[in-house]
Amino acid sequence: MTQSQTEFAEALLAPEAPVPGGLQDAAGRPAGRRFAVYRNNVAASLTEALHEGFPAVASLLGKENMDGLAGIYLRQHPPASPLMMHFGGEFPDFLAGMRQLSHLGYLPDVARLELALRRSYHAADAAPLPAERLAGLSPDALMAARLQLAPAVELLRSDWPLFDIWCYATQEGAPKPQASAQDVLITRPDFDPVAQPLPPGSAQWIAALRVGHSIGEAFETTLEIAPDFDLSAPLALLLEGGGLTDLMT
Amino acid sequence: MSKHAKSLAVASAVAAALTAATTMPAAAQSKEKCYGISLAGKNDCAAGPGTTCAGSSVVDYQGNAWTLVDAGTCLDIELPEMADGTARKGSLEPLERDLPA
Repeated sequence: MTQSQTEFAEALLAPEAPVPGGLQDAAGRPAGRRFAVYRNNVAASLTEALHEGFPAVASLLGKENMDGLAGIYLRQHPPASPLMMHFGGEFPDFLAGMRQLSHLGYLPDVARLELALRRSYHAADAAPLPAERLAGLSPDALMAARLQLAPAVELLRSDWPLFDIWCYATQEGAPKPQASAQDVLITRPDFDPVAQPLPPGSAQWIAALRVGHSIGEAFETTLEIAPDFDLSAPLALLLEGGGLTDLMT
Repeated sequence: MSKHAKSLAVASAVAAALTAATTMPAAAQSKEKCYGISLAGKNDCAAGPGTTCAGSSVVDYQGNAWTLVDAGTCLDIELPEMADGTARKGSLEPLERDLPA
């Protein structure tokens, strides 16, 4: 970049910085006020993008707090890509690093859930596995079978009642969250991602499938941490959500 | 739990999951993407910031812009004829007609 471009870009995100030199309007007059309007629009539109991308975080924080945080975030982490769908990727870690927010320990996980919903929305299409493929297998073949997850499947593990908090923040009349850890599964059965809470052990089982363990291996490692684990619940959620794309025997 | 007991537990859990999943209402097929029917700026696709494709079509009935409609209705949607008198129809695939210049 030439020096004038660098100056222009830096001044854009620095509200106190002087207007870069040499800006003129069509009639050759100095265009400082136009630059100020542009600078304001950049910050305002990125703030709005964070509100849109993290509605639950924004609702938990309130508009003014969210505006304030957005103003800091957009200057620390300006968009790295012209595709606005990628803007906000560092927001969870940014929230985790804010000492003023340490009393809201669940906030970074809520932001991760909202980012995961966005990733799921933009993930590639994949034809779901026909359920008959599973139905025809013997118990031993089932234990040895490996399952391929759809690109739109996202898994979140949390020490907080993440799903309840997210519902409470985004849906009117949702009950107050209970104090228990909740993992969340996101699938995309149709065109929009769907988030659902997972019973204990399920996230461990799905994570093991994702790294290539067989149904049986994943089941055994899950039993070690959740002795009452029943894989029918997560498997039904994956099947209903089109979350499985292939079965390797 | 013995190895045998585990494989039986897995098999019965898989059977339970298959039953639960197939008795779900088939809501997944209730919508389809229909190309070439959106009015300018009224096309669908929105999920968070930067999915700026929502509302990005610039001409009416733009052939590569889509709107979600009830499944099975896309091809029957009534549209005005084109300027040269040929009929317009919705399509499940992107169309070459009415593209912005």
